[in-house]
Amino acid sequence: MLIDTRGLSCPQPLLMVYPHLSGSEAIDVLVDNATSRENITRAAHKNGWNVTEQAESEDVIRLELRK
Amino acid sequence: MKASNPFATNIGIIVVGLVIGAAAILLQKMGNPGNMGICVACFERDLAGGLGLHRAAIVQYIRPEIIGFVLGSLCMALAFGEFRPRGGSSPITRFILGIIAAMGALVFLGCPWRTILRLAGGDWNALLGIAGLITGIAIGTVFFRRGYTLGSSVKQSALTGWMFPLLMAGILVLALAFPQISGQPQSGPLFYSQKGPGSMHAPFLISFGAALVIGALAQRSRFCTMGAFRDLILFRYTHLFLGVLAMFAAALAGNLLLGGFHPGFANQPIAHTDGLWNFCGMVTAGLAFALAGGCPGRQLFMSGEGDSDAAIFALGMLAGAAMAHNLGTASSGAGIGAYGIHATVIGFAVCLLIGVCHCKKA
Repeated sequence: MLIDTRGLSCPQPLLMVYPHLSGSEAIDVLVDNATSRENITRAAHKNGWNVTEQAESEDVIRLELRK
Repeated sequence: MKASNPFATNIGIIVVGLVIGAAAILLQKMGNPGNMGICVACFERDLAGGLGLHRAAIVQYIRPEIIGFVLGSLCMALAFGEFRPRGGSSPITRFILGIIAAMGALVFLGCPWRTILRLAGGDWNALLGIAGLITGIAIGTVFFRRGYTLGSSVKQSALTGWMFPLLMAGILVLALAFPQISGQPQSGPLFYSQKGPGSMHAPFLISFGAALVIGALAQRSRFCTMGAFRDLILFRYTHLFLGVLAMFAAALAGNLLLGGFHPGFANQPIAHTDGLWNFCGMVTAGLAFALAGGCPGRQLFMSGEGDSDAAIFALGMLAGAAMAHNLGTASSGAGIGAYGIHATVIGFAVCLLIGVCHCKKA
């Protein structure tokens, strides 16, 4: 699934991702600020997910969350 | 956005909390008011007074801490590619939230930072304040769970992102051009308190330097006292809370070492003992901080990153702090202001309205 958090500031991006962290379906998250990237990555790691980052554009990063 | 950020780790946020707590006690030792080494709400109130936005003669001083927080964050954001001009997320609502936050905080007499510092100094009135703060934030999380959002921000021009840091730089130039003249209540266009909290301050350049360092570290670590409790309630995440705990521990240790720990309710510096309104003032302020997405310090740090929504909130706090003194809603050591209860209750009601009207779920 793809979750687009661009334009939103904390805690909204993490709130959008958080309910899906208890599942195991692959999640891609678009973030456009460092705080959201760090918050989501930290939460994902805490729940046993691996996170890789892909640059979508100069300002946007795709976080790929995989179990 | 650069990848590696050691300050985003638990150790990183703990180090930042320790630095802030220690710096606050040192600034207090060098002249800042009691249990007020750093208080964003109080210092914005003093800044408003220094600019003549209110005429309460005892709280007028251009606090370099506020300027330094913004410019320190700006420098770090530029250095790490995180200066990102953005805005347009319900600006007028954020301005109103800023007004309410300042007025609520000035009923208690302190922002979340000072709440922690007051506790670390043994001011047990702050127990009511912190309970109110947590209650206000907890009410905010009810809205978050129902899909509360003030809407997306969008990219702004570079100049828009620079506006608030430039405003702060301009005020810095004013303060340097018109420094305090001993025994004089005015220097050029600026106002300087002759007595009271506004007359108590560490040397200007030391305060400014300490604030630059704090602004820089807080930008990297995303230190936020409101977020600490919010994340604990919403997600059971302790990351930001560790920073707040570290700040408290450093301030407590500093007070114990330097003789600044005086436990009790009565005769605490710049504090009153009206427990009910210490609690309620911070419920209102805490809810306003939660709905706006950050404590007053964090709003200044985000302003330095080019976030004009955060800058609008900070300007709202500046206006709210001035209004609190012009309208008689601010407390003093003698007790709450004539209209402090009115401001607290109306502010709380407006926050509830803002919360309800910005939830996606019915």
